[in-house]
Order: sequence, then C-alpha cells, then structure tokens
Amino acid sequence: MNKKRNKLVVDRHMFRLIVMIVAWMIFIAFTRFRKFYNLVNFQTMAAQFPEFGLMSLGVMLTMITGGIDLSVVGNANLTSILMAYLLINMTDVAGAIPPYAIPLVFFLAILIGATLGIFNGLLVSKAHIPPILATLGSGELYTGICMALTKGNAVSKFSRTYATTINNRLFGLIPVQLIIFTIMALLVWFLLSRTVFGTKIYMLGTSATAAKFSGLKTDTLLIKTYLLSGIVAALGGMIMLANYNSARADYGTVYTLQCVLIVVLGGVNPVGGKGKISGVILAIVLLRMLETGLNRFPKISSYYISLIWGGVLILVMVLNFFTENKRVRRKG
Amino acid sequence: MGESLLKAVNIYKSFVGVEALKNVTFEIKPGEIHCLAGENGSGKSTLIKIISGVYTPDAGYMEFEGKRFSKITPIDAIKNGIQVIYQDFSIFPNLTVMENLAFNSELADRRKLVNHKRMRQIAEEAIAKIDFKVDLDAIVGNLSVAEKQMIAISRALIFNTKLIIMDEPTTALTRREVSNLFKIILRLKEMGIAILFVSHKLNEVFEISENFTILRSGERVASGSTSDLDAKKFTYYMTGREFQVHRFEYEKVKEEPIFSVDKIGIEGSFSNISFDVHSGEIVGITGLLDSGRTELGLALFGIKPIEEGEIKMRGKRIKLTNPRRAIHNKIGYLPEDRLSEGLFLSQSIGDNIVISEIDNLSKAFGILDRKQRRDEIKQWVKNLAIATPNPANACQTLSGGNQQRVVLAKWLACDLDLLILNGPTVGVDIGSKHDIHSILQDLAKRGMGLIIISDDLPEVLENCSRILVLKNGQVVGDMLASESDEKKILSYMM
Repeated sequence: MNKKRNKLVVDRHMFRLIVMIVAWMIFIAFTRFRKFYNLVNFQTMAAQFPEFGLMSLGVMLTMITGGIDLSVVGNANLTSILMAYLLINMTDVAGAIPPYAIPLVFFLAILIGATLGIFNGLLVSKAHIPPILATLGSGELYTGICMALTKGNAVSKFSRTYATTINNRLFGLIPVQLIIFTIMALLVWFLLSRTVFGTKIYMLGTSATAAKFSGLKTDTLLIKTYLLSGIVAALGGMIMLANYNSARADYGTVYTLQCVLIVVLGGVNPVGGKGKISGVILAIVLLRMLETGLNRFPKISSYYISLIWGGVLILVMVLNFFTENKRVRRKG
Repeated sequence: MGESLLKAVNIYKSFVGVEALKNVTFEIKPGEIHCLAGENGSGKSTLIKIISGVYTPDAGYMEFEGKRFSKITPIDAIKNGIQVIYQDFSIFPNLTVMENLAFNSELADRRKLVNHKRMRQIAEEAIAKIDFKVDLDAIVGNLSVAEKQMIAISRALIFNTKLIIMDEPTTALTRREVSNLFKIILRLKEMGIAILFVSHKLNEVFEISENFTILRSGERVASGSTSDLDAKKFTYYMTGREFQVHRFEYEKVKEEPIFSVDKIGIEGSFSNISFDVHSGEIVGITGLLDSGRTELGLALFGIKPIEEGEIKMRGKRIKLTNPRRAIHNKIGYLPEDRLSEGLFLSQSIGDNIVISEIDNLSKAFGILDRKQRRDEIKQWVKNLAIATPNPANACQTLSGGNQQRVVLAKWLACDLDLLILNGPTVGVDIGSKHDIHSILQDLAKRGMGLIIISDDLPEVLENCSRILVLKNGQVVGDMLASESDEKKILSYMM
C-alpha cells in the first residue's frame, strides 16, 4: 500500500509536468496553430534543447549525490573553444576537413570534459570544498581560461563541414543533436537504474555518513559523478559549437541557472538522494516549448521569458510543497 | 489519596483509520510519580499529546483539578500547569542558559524589550529550585545532554507547574546522570509536582515510579501500583508475549582466535587494550559513556584508525585504516546511531540491505543482476523476519527494532567473520530486543565472532561469554559472564 502511495506521488509530479505541457500545447493550438504545429518547428526545437539538455544531465547527476555542478557552461565553452582551434588547424585552404576530424574532436572533447570534471570531483571529495563553491570557482576558472585564450572574441573560420554535419538530420527527419542527447540520456538512465554505481550514488546522496559506515568509496563515487557531468557538459559544448558555428567564452551563460531550474523542476531533490531522468526530460521539453511558443507571439517580448520560467518553477515548487505536506499531515 | 490532578477518561483517537488510542483512561494525583510505559507505537506519544493539548481526542474528556474539558489547546495546558519535556528538550542551542530560561516568560508577558537584569533574576530563581549549578552565560549548545535536560526542567518550573511530563528522559543519559535525574524527580515530588515519566525501560520504572499505566496497541492493558509489578509481568503487559531468557553458552571449539588485538591505543581515547575473539564467542565490552567504548568500536572498524599496537585476523596482521579494509577483512560494524550512521532512511529497505555487498551482485561492467538482488533481499527479509509488506518501501516506515534488523541484514549479507555491535538494542522495543538477542546467539553458534559494546548490563550478561569493562580508556575488568553479575561489573565501571 505504501509503495503505491509513493509511486503515486512520483507520478503526480510527472503528471503535473505532463498536464502543463499538454495545456500549453492546447493553448498554442488555439492561438498559433500553424506557426507552431509544423515539422520544421519541432525539428528546430529538437536541435536547440540538446545543448542545455546535456548540461542539465550533468547537474542532475551531481545533485543526486547531494552536490551541484555550476561549472557546466564554463566546461562546455572551454571544450568548444579548444576544439574550434583544432578544427581551424585541420581546415585546409579549400575549407574542407579530413573525414576523421569530427570523430576525433568528439573523442578529445570527451577527454577534456572528463578531465575538467575530475578536477571538480577532486575539489569536492579530497579538498572537502562544498560543491556549490567548488564548481562555482572552477566554472569561473574555466571561463577565465576561455577569456584569456580568445580575448573575448568568437573563434570561428573553421570548416563549415562541422556545423553542417551536426545540423544534419538522420533520414532527413531527426536532428543529429537530438540523437546525441538521446544516447547520453539513455546512458545516464541505464547508469542510474541498472548499475551498481547508480544505486551507490543515490545512497551516497541520501547520507554520506551512512555511506561511509557501509564501506562505500565515497571519494571515488563523487569523482566519477563529476567526471560524468564533465563529459555531458563537454558534449553540450560541442553542440553549441555546431549550432552557432563558432565558440566564445560567454556563450550560454544563462544556461547555468537554467540547468539548475530544469533539474529541480524535474523533481530532483536538491538535498540529494532522489530524482529520475524522466522528470528532467519532461522539464526540458516543457521549458523549450514554452520559450518557442512564446516566440510565436511577436507582441510578447522575449524579455518576458525569464519571468515565465521563474513563475513556472515557483508554481511547481509550491504545488510540491502542498502535496508533500498533505502527505506528512495525513501520516500524523 | 485525595482528588486526582488530571484525569483523561475514555479517550479515543485515530489517524486515517488507524486507531492510536482506544478507550484509554488515565489518572494522576498531585505529587505522584507515574510511569507510562509501552512499546513503540503503543500510543504513549499520542496520549501525551492529547494531555498537553497538541491533539484533540475524537471522543472522551479530560478533567483537570475537577474541571472538565472536552478539548484543550497547548496554551490551556500550560495555564493549567502542565509542562512537557520532550526528548529534544525544545531549547535554543545557540542562546545562553539565561536566555533559554527567561525567554518563555518574557514572551508570555508580551514584553517588547529585553531587560537583562530581569532575565537574569528569572533564570537564577529557576535553577535555584532544583539546586542546579550552571554558568548562566554559557551557550546551551556546548552543554551536555544532562545539563540541557536540567535547563528544560528548570524552565518548566518557572510557570506555576503542577504536572511535568517527561518523554523518555533517560535515553541519552549516563548512569550517573540518570540517578541525578531521579533525585531531582523526588525533589519535585516533595514540592507537590506530579511527574508523568514515559519510559520503556524496566529497571527505571521500578526504581522511580509509584504507579504505572501500560499501553499496548492503543489500549490500556494494565495500571496500578508499581509494587505489584515484576519483570515478567511488565514484559508480558508490554508485549503480550512471554519470553524465556536464554543465557548464552559458549564452548571453545578452536584454540586459535579469529580476531585479536594487542596493546592498541589512540591518544586521548583508549590505550593498551588487548583481547581475543574466538569463533563462536561473544565478547562484551561495557563501560560508561566516556570510557572509550565507542572509540574502540570505531577503531576496530577502521573509522578511527589505531595509532599503536596491532590487530590480527586469523593470525595475520591487518591494518584497518578505513571501513572498506575492515569489510574486506570480513569485519562489520553495527553503529551506535542507527538513524544517521546505519541507515539510508529515505531509501528502500532492499537497497539498505544490499548496499555493502552490492559489488557482488553484478555480473559484469557493474551492471546489477536484478534477479540476484531481488532474491538476496527476499532471503534476508525472511531470515530476519523484517516486518514489511514490501521491501521497496522506505526504511523510515519501519519501527526501531525492524530498522535494526535491516542493519544486521546488511552485515550478514556480507558473510562476515566478526561483527561488532555498538548498542545493538538501543531504542528497540522489548519484543524485538529478545529477537535480536536470539539472532546474535544463533550467529555465534554458527561460528561467527561477535563483539557487543553496550552499557545495558543485563544484555551483556545474558548474551556474552566474556566481558571487558572499560574505564578512562583502559580495560579495568576482564571476566567470564558466568562468574559475574551487575554489581560486580558496576564496581569496575564506576
């Protein structure tokens, strides 16, 4: 009986996100049907959200351990700038790159992201710096390196082949960005729900003390988690590189807080130990649809977007508080 | 025997269809020390909360000094002289003693400004009533549990108090502090204040109370004079079961010890401690709260590594520098604080059971073997009779006794040679306590070595073959359980 109730609560959270998405879709259907409901629009949305969607996965993983990763954007920019330089070097006079170039930059991006992530993990686990400070600091550090490297300028002028490849559509239908996001989301889902590692990080997030007394390698677990976060953030950077066809130290600076919003909106407990990827994905979809939908109303300035996002987040939190509270009260 | 001070008559209370109290009648006279006993979930807390106005009863009424109330608010209760001292004392740890003592009356007088002179006077009067010596300017958070309790009592006395309800007041106290508390209770009785003492500890009930009321599953099963009560009846009323006490008997099978420590020590905690544990043996380690017993337990599990001496497992020297090393050497540790150290409360019972052996539940690449995991959980829930409808439920849905079984299951699943248990039955009800004891004796019979760290002397005497008494970090007594009794152990401890 108790399990049922727990399930019901989880579902209630998901249910609410779904209701909001559906309500918004219906509203748009009545007001801006043609401008919203067409294949191109959906393809555009699917190509846009993976860049911050990937970073949100990183924030989610770290939040499950009771931490947070505020360095995802810094990491993404540093990776994309370094890879942009590499691509410039590989671009020949005719503006072409060798066929191995794209797999190579992705491979290197993963390595760089992992290294930057490990650095965060070491700060959190070995130096015992609270994650919010450690990653805020490292994020600034990564951004600072970007600034120093680029003097604040955009790095472009590499072969267009990179951008066109990533902006391609599989079977002319599914954006490559979406495929990369889907692969990573499935991987994270598998790690969390089907592996020993997943169980351990949920437990670690619930109680670090109990984890120590149960013989878990808490330091290694944290380092691995931040490493993963680093990898997904770096991949997010590679998608930004393709979407803007350039890299810059201050791309996507609003994403840091957006990712935190998405993850919390998706039902991940900021204290740690709880959260599912399905909720996070719904939150990503909801926010993307809200923003794109609003853009279909030329009279509403895009300045209102933050206002609406903040409103949605607070609404969901308040609803959560009331349902949770009712439950506690009923328990007596 | 005069008029009763407080009477609660035919009280009913239910929460979402669960009846917490069924037709409970309770009475206490002025200056009476009354013990309210019952296992966890018997309705003790609900009854206290009804008396103090926190809950409204569904049916029944209360009488206070002859005045009849069908419901009261917490403020009514305080005005009528009822004070509750909860387990957490409801004090402000970051304020000084004086502020804590005077704060409530400052609020009650609806003063807007703080007057330090007046506050000091109130505080001084309050502690004088029970002869409590304390620095009024000390920060309460830095004081010991016993001192915090004294502050809560002093504070309760500031008002015109007629009844003080103490909710399990001895839980975190040392033996000496308990006897000090009892002296104060007697003093309060002389002042004409009635005490409702909530406890499930048999010896305390006998020592202090004049009358008792025992609740079981929300019903009053017995009440009367404590002098008519004995241990057997008490246990029977509490649990509805009769228990046979099995004293543990150990027969040495092998001369070789499985575990031995030689002159180990940690500066400032304990020093020069040596003992052996044989297969099938249960060694008891007892001592006062500050004797170093917990530090010794932590050292043997690698949480506080030893600084001198050596530890051997089956004759081979081992270094215990972290809990993983200990587990690798087949040593487990059931911690003192089950809630924070032993369990992941909001996670499932199942995950709590398998977490320490989880690396063995994967076939390859760290992928969980879900069937093996399920079978393992099912097996331990069954073996240790963990009362749950579904192991996917959160651990916090279990009672104390069942939670302790989950921690035990976690270690048994690791297939250990030595299990160290620090306070294995603290906060566990009597029924579960007996069950846990028989589980432990059974483990020893099957060849495991056990170390029980406990200050519950009957527990140590009943379950251990050999007892070490610790005092100031030294072993001051080493005896066979069969040749000792509580008095003898106490004489070493004090």
